[in-house]
Amino acid sequence: MTRPAPMIEVSNLDKFYGTFQALKNIDLTVHQGEKVVICGPSGSGKSTLIRCFNGLEWHNSGRLVIDGIEVYEGAKDIRELRQEVGMVFQQFNLFPHLTVLENLMIGPMKVRKIPKAQAEETARNYLDRVHIPEQADKYPAQLSGGQQQRVAIARSLCMETRIMLFDEPTSALDPEMINEVLDVMVELAETGMTMVVVTHEMGFARKVADTMVFMEAGQIVEISPPEQFFTQPSSERCRLFLDQILAH
Amino acid sequence: MSDLGISRSRGQALPKLPFHKRFFGSVPVSVAIYAIIVGLIAYGAYTGAQGMGYNWQWYRVPQFLYRNTEVGFEWGEIPIGLVATIKLSVTAFLLATAIGLLVALLRLSGLVIGAAVAVGYLELIRNIPLLVLLYLFYYVLGPIFGFDRYFASILTLAVFHSALISEILRAGINAIPAGQWEAAKSIGMSPYQTYLYIILPQSVRFMLPPMTGEVVHLIKSSAIVSVIAVAELTTFGRNIISDTYMSFEIWFTIALVYLVVTLILSIGVSHLEKKYAVDQ
Ligand SMILES: Nc1ncnc2c1ncn2[C@@H]1O[C@H](COP(=O)(O)OP(=O)(O)OP(=O)(O)O)[C@@H](O)[C@H]1O
Ligand SMILES: [Mg+2]
Repeated sequence: MTRPAPMIEVSNLDKFYGTFQALKNIDLTVHQGEKVVICGPSGSGKSTLIRCFNGLEWHNSGRLVIDGIEVYEGAKDIRELRQEVGMVFQQFNLFPHLTVLENLMIGPMKVRKIPKAQAEETARNYLDRVHIPEQADKYPAQLSGGQQQRVAIARSLCMETRIMLFDEPTSALDPEMINEVLDVMVELAETGMTMVVVTHEMGFARKVADTMVFMEAGQIVEISPPEQFFTQPSSERCRLFLDQILAH
Repeated sequence: MSDLGISRSRGQALPKLPFHKRFFGSVPVSVAIYAIIVGLIAYGAYTGAQGMGYNWQWYRVPQFLYRNTEVGFEWGEIPIGLVATIKLSVTAFLLATAIGLLVALLRLSGLVIGAAVAVGYLELIRNIPLLVLLYLFYYVLGPIFGFDRYFASILTLAVFHSALISEILRAGINAIPAGQWEAAKSIGMSPYQTYLYIILPQSVRFMLPPMTGEVVHLIKSSAIVSVIAVAELTTFGRNIISDTYMSFEIWFTIALVYLVVTLILSIGVSHLEKKYAVDQ
């Protein structure tokens, strides 16, 4: 069986904030359709790493290739890349002055130059997929956190992205809303989307992850399939961390 | 929820303000005090003028507002001057906003050169008196580049007000959280598209009140161009006075006209703001 093409290839990547090294010698390959879940203590560099994947942060050395596009500061095709790579943020970051529908249509219309009627059709289609078709004409502030996050997921999907990045998508949500967002993410995983998810929702990780990554102090400490990751992690630090978050 | 939050949201009635604050703070009393003060000033001016032997001729003022001649109704010098002032101010304001936006974007561009140019411009403009700036444009740059007094006036007002406007725009842009930039970037928007569709529409709410203040300020400072005899309200006032010697009546009238225009503007915008706040 041939491996699917690599979508994300990271080798030897370093990232500094001033003199502080936020990422050290990162190596990671994500294949098409693969689901990678990244966890690790606060400040370990999880956000920084996935923010490099769509050019919200720039690495200082090493190599990063996403879907065949070499990513570096000043790359001319970075905007094309960003259209391929969707990102869902902890704080949703919806556009508060636009309705839900407009939030979903503005990218396709202004960036992809898709005609309005077609953009609206796509938008309504994805709103269905995240189970809130009836909220199309509301403003973000009128929605619950869980609904807002699902709109944010739909907004990324409307760009017909090939990779989806999630940075702690449920950690700003009230507990009763976490599942509605995770359910949408599980359904998305079933469509074969390539996904990199920073989360501490280990139930979700068990369900969808092909690969688990544990980071600490800017390094990848452990990288293994979930069966092994949850039962016999090779590093002591990872075991301690899992004990801690699974104890809840 | 902290205890503090709960007890505050339950809210006991606010402690009663002391009597003098309630008395002077109430609307009828404030209006009465205001009327008394205005009355005293008017009375002072009137008796002062009487003391000087000033000959009040208010009956001659209406002809400068409008006239009914044999050819029919015609506007007087004051409304014509007002229209000229508004035209001048609107043009200067639009230009000032364009320059201000450019300077604000230069400062926000993250380019060292851009920021340096912008800061240099701001410091220069801020430290030259408006009148000197006007003379510079009219007597120095005007002859060099061949523009007339009207154009020199517009440029002067636009350049002078662009400094504060650029600060207003910059503050409004900075008030938008970084997450909005990141979300726009992550769907592939260019910086230009992000400003146009995401940042500026949200900034308007923050910019509207100080921008109104700046328009009012500009209308008032536009009077200065009367020193180079550009046709506008203040210049017309001077012309009327040199013909009629009614300086008290005309200056009172002109001041009132400026006051009415700027008040209407402020009231209009505060309505707009309320409407905007509801929409959001
Ligand atoms: N813009 C920045 N400037 C300086 N230091 C930064 C910046 N962003 C992040 N850092 C530092 O880099 C390190 C990694 O941050 P990052 O946000 O990637 O951690 P994280 O693993 O996502 O943590 P969390 O779980 O709290 O989100 C932290 O020590 C953080 O303080
Ligand atoms: Mg983070």
